[in-house]
Order: sequence, then structure tokens, then C-alpha cells
Amino acid sequence: MSTTTQGALSAATTNQTAFDAVRKAKQKDILFATGGLVVMALAMTLLLALIGDLVIRGATRIDYGFLTSYPSRLPERAGILSAWVGSLLVMLVTAFLAIPIGIGAGLYLEEYARKGWLSNFIEINVSNLAGVPSIIYGLLALGLFVYGFSLGKTILVAGMTLALLILPIVIVSIREAVRAIPRIIKEGAYGLGADQWQVMWSYIIPAARPGILTGAIVGLSRAIGETAPIITIGALTFIAFLPPAPVTGEFPFISFAWLNDGFTVLPIQMFNWVSRPQAEFHVAAAATGVVLIALTFSLNGIAIWIRYRLRQGYRN
Amino acid sequence: MRTLSLTTLALALPGMAFAQDAVQVDGSSTVFPVSEAFAEEYQTATGNRVVVGVSGTGGGFKKFCRGETSFSGASRPIKTEEADLCAENGIEFLEMPVAMDALAVIVNPENPLTCMSVEELKTAYETEAQGKIDNWNQLNTEYPDQPLTLFGAGTDSGTYDYFTFAVIGEEGASRGDFTATEDDNITIQGVSTDPDAIGFLGLAYVEENRGRVKPLEISYNGGDCVEPSTENAASGTYQPLTRPLFMYVNKAHLDEMPNVEDFAKFFFDPAHAIDLVSSTGYLALPEAAFTAAEKKIAARKTGSFFDGGSKVGVTPDDLLAAN
Repeated sequence: MSTTTQGALSAATTNQTAFDAVRKAKQKDILFATGGLVVMALAMTLLLALIGDLVIRGATRIDYGFLTSYPSRLPERAGILSAWVGSLLVMLVTAFLAIPIGIGAGLYLEEYARKGWLSNFIEINVSNLAGVPSIIYGLLALGLFVYGFSLGKTILVAGMTLALLILPIVIVSIREAVRAIPRIIKEGAYGLGADQWQVMWSYIIPAARPGILTGAIVGLSRAIGETAPIITIGALTFIAFLPPAPVTGEFPFISFAWLNDGFTVLPIQMFNWVSRPQAEFHVAAAATGVVLIALTFSLNGIAIWIRYRLRQGYRN
Repeated sequence: MRTLSLTTLALALPGMAFAQDAVQVDGSSTVFPVSEAFAEEYQTATGNRVVVGVSGTGGGFKKFCRGETSFSGASRPIKTEEADLCAENGIEFLEMPVAMDALAVIVNPENPLTCMSVEELKTAYETEAQGKIDNWNQLNTEYPDQPLTLFGAGTDSGTYDYFTFAVIGEEGASRGDFTATEDDNITIQGVSTDPDAIGFLGLAYVEENRGRVKPLEISYNGGDCVEPSTENAASGTYQPLTRPLFMYVNKAHLDEMPNVEDFAKFFFDPAHAIDLVSSTGYLALPEAAFTAAEKKIAARKTGSFFDGGSKVGVTPDDLLAAN
């Protein structure tokens, strides 16, 4: 009798302790969640405040004339035509070089390369390169591309420089994407008698496509805002004409002459205007910032849309 | 890497025409507004192409002395090492003064002070002041017992080079513990919000921010207090903080490239050059200087008038003599 009571009592105490422990854990949980929310709210507010400030100061300056005029010494006549066209063309070259090379390198390192000291060495180097300051890539490109290969200070060289800069980021994220594919898919395919190329082409690449695109987005978003390496290789500040059009009226209809033209990009134009004495130029700089953000968002938007479409296709 | 560079080389070979196509201007960020104004007007008037880069005075000379650019803007005269580099590469140049620029010393509008001597400025900014001079009354016992906050141009700028040269006596010999910025707007921002602050920057920034900051008159060698203004810079009375701005021109390019010679003629044509320079906030040289410059270009008179360094107290008349 007494033992049962004692047993019930001790069970009650144990229950009480358990309840307390759970309540304590829940409290910690709530505390952590609140802390996380506060930090996130703070970061978001800061970001929105910065973008908002830029938009309030610059948005009214953006009109058709601003987007279709060349820079000028008169703030009211100044525009960013050469800068946004330059940014877009440089991004085009960067994407065209960095994405295929990045995919190739990432797939090779993850699927084909024999694991050993050499692949470890390369892996460490790729990860470290992702953290090298961008100016170093600018100096490398100046010595190698501009003077070594005598390519000049062109759109092509700028695209190559930024492609080098984002290559480690692209490679790392592609490897992550490939690693995240369930083993079962791969081994199932091998089990059915597929060879390595068939597995690669029909299973791994399609399954990794969303991850590959994420890597490309992150890389290009970083590249579009870069100023230091572009200035180092000798981008211009005032340029009042556009590179030759990539499409021509005569055979073969496609021209690559624009690759060899001088250029400027949005961050350089913005930097130049911010440091001028006249307040009207500061407004133009804010407007340039808004256009740069819009360009980054739309690049990201396109990639996210493609990724969404690909995911749908893969699930079916 | 290797295949990448080979394919790009193959792509690049057909079109290296760009380099000869547009007139290449580079150099100082201080001279940039002037170069931009001329490039814009020349292109509108003739349809010929001019492009302008900003590598700084020193960076500009590096490219110029390799023969990559035809014009190089400079906020100080070419240094001996730079002239030697040009000579090594067989580059002869014409030194063309284009404008006068004044540096201003500014304080907060709440500060009752109106004039300072160069010696006081030296005490505030020289190397020995580091960590020691932090109160206005250390500059002059008559000044109030107030903490001193120092602002100024960043160490990579020609503005910093000239200020230290003219005020302290040696280029770059300043203290390190002041707020140095490459963007003069930051100096305006800092001085306009801090009643104890003092700073130095290009005069154009003061003109655009009247009311937010107060420019000080400067007394040089115990002389009268002189207000920083374009008029006083023009007459050469605002010293030692008035400096000439230059454009260096590659002589071989003048001879061989018709568009370079054409742009040089446009640049120094007194008919519009004075208005264009003035529109950028700098002080244009008198008409006689531009007429002399036209003759200098026609005669291809090469070399530097400045023996490899800045000079204090240069007036437009001296520059006229230099032409």
C-alpha cells in the first residue's frame, strides 16, 4: 500500500521534473526564435532602409532620357547608356565563360577525378580562391590578359576577369548540388547497366540543374557589383558611344567586334558621380544605384524562373 | 585556362582597331571633369571619338609613358622618375597647363574663427602632431579650449600631396591619425556636423556647400588673410594653396594621329576653352595662356617646366612663361 503511494508519488515527481525540463526547453526555444527574429528584422530593416533611401533620392531621376543618354559634364543632361550597356555585355561574357567551365570543373572534380592528394590539393585551392580579394584578380588580369596576351582593356578582358573571379564560387556550389543528389538514383542507374556517361547525362546533370543555376546566380550577382578589378584592368569613366552591334546586316550576321571595345560599367559611373561636388550628380548616382539593383534583381529573377521551370520538369 | 586564353586570342585578333579609333585620355580624377567637358563637346562638334579613364595622376603617367594614352591629366607636375620612364620608352611630351585649382581649409559655420596661418595648419597636420595635438588652443593660445577633429583628403590623392607639400613643406609628411577620405563629400559631411572639426579639400566642393561649411582665410608668411576664391586664385594672391592643373600630350601621337592633333587644337582653342574650363568649377587660365598653348602645340615644344616637382606660389603668369 505504502509502496504504491510512494511509487505514485515518485512517478508524480518524475513527471513534474519532466514537465519542468520540457517547459525550460520550450522557453529556450522561444527565446532563441525571438532572438533570431529580432536579428533578421534588424538586418532586413537595414537593407530596406538602404534601398529605400537610394530609391527616394534617385527614383525620380530615372526616365527615358537618363537611360538613353551618355554621361555629361552637365548633371541634367547626364545619362547611363554606355554604363548599363557595358555592364550587360560584360555580364554576358562572364556568364558565357564562367558557367560552362564551372560546370565542367565541378562535375569532373565530383564524379570523375580520382580521390587523392592532387584532388585534395585542388579542392583546398578552389575553396581558398573563393575568398581572395577581388583586386587580386584585377592585378592578375592586368598582367596576364591586358599585357601578357595584349588583349587590351576591352569588354572581353573584363568578362574574363570577372569569370575567373566567380569561377570558384560556381564550382563549389555545383559540387554541393551534385553531392546533394541521392546516391540511390545513381546506383539504381548503374544497376540497370548504364555507363558513366549515361548516368552523368541522363541523371546527374538534370538533377543538379537547379543547384547549378543557384551557383550561377550567386556568382553573377557578385560580379555585376564589382568595381575594383574592372578599374584595375583599365575600364573607362567617360565613353559616349556604344560598342558595335552584335548583329549585322550582312553575312555572317553575327559580329564579335564589340568584345574588343572599351567600356564602362554602372558601379564606376556611380562612384564617379558620388565623388563630384555638385548635388545633382549625387542624385544621378543614386539613380544609377537603383538601376544597378534593378538589373541584379532581374538577372536573379530570370534565373529563379528558369530554376522553377526545371524543377517542375524534373519532378515529372 | 590554356584553352580559354587560346580561344579568346583567336576571337580578339580580328579587331584591334579600337585603340586607334578613339582618342585616349586618362589621368587625375581632379582633372577628370575638365577632360570630360572637352571630350563631350568635341565629340558633339566633330563626331570624333574621345574616351576618358581615371587612373589618378601617377597611374595615368604610367600608362602615358608606355604610350598607351595620348593625353594624361595631372594635378601636379610630372615627377623626375616619371619623366625618366617616359624617356626610357622614347616618349616625348608637351606639358600644357589647363586650369588653376585652389584648396580650401574649412570649419563648421558655428566656429567663430575666420582666418588661420599656414604655420597653425602645419602644427595641426604635420607628422610630429600625431597623438599630441588634439586641442584648438595648442594651435594658438588665443583659440578656445576645445577638442580638435581633423579631416582631409586621402593619401592617394593629388590634393593630399599638394596640401602636405605646400603647408608642411614635404609631400606626404602628415600625421596619420586624421579622417582621410578619397571622397571630399565625406569631409563636407564630417565638418558640417562637428563644431570642433577642421578639414581641407578642393575649392569646388566649398562652392557647392556654402552655408554647411565655412572656408577660412589663409595668412601666408605673416601676410594678410586672403579669402579662398577663384578671383584670388586667378590673381595669384591666395597662396600657398593655389595649384595648376595640367594636361600632358604625347608628341609622337600628335605627329602621327590626326584625331589626336585635332583634339589638342580643340582643347586649347581660346574661343571656347575658357568657358568650358570655367563650367567645371575650376579657374580657367587667361586667354593669353591659351594663345600661347596653341603656339606651343604648333611648335611641338616638349619637356617639363617644373624640374620634377610641385612649386609653391605658381601664378597664371608663371604658367604663361612656361608655355
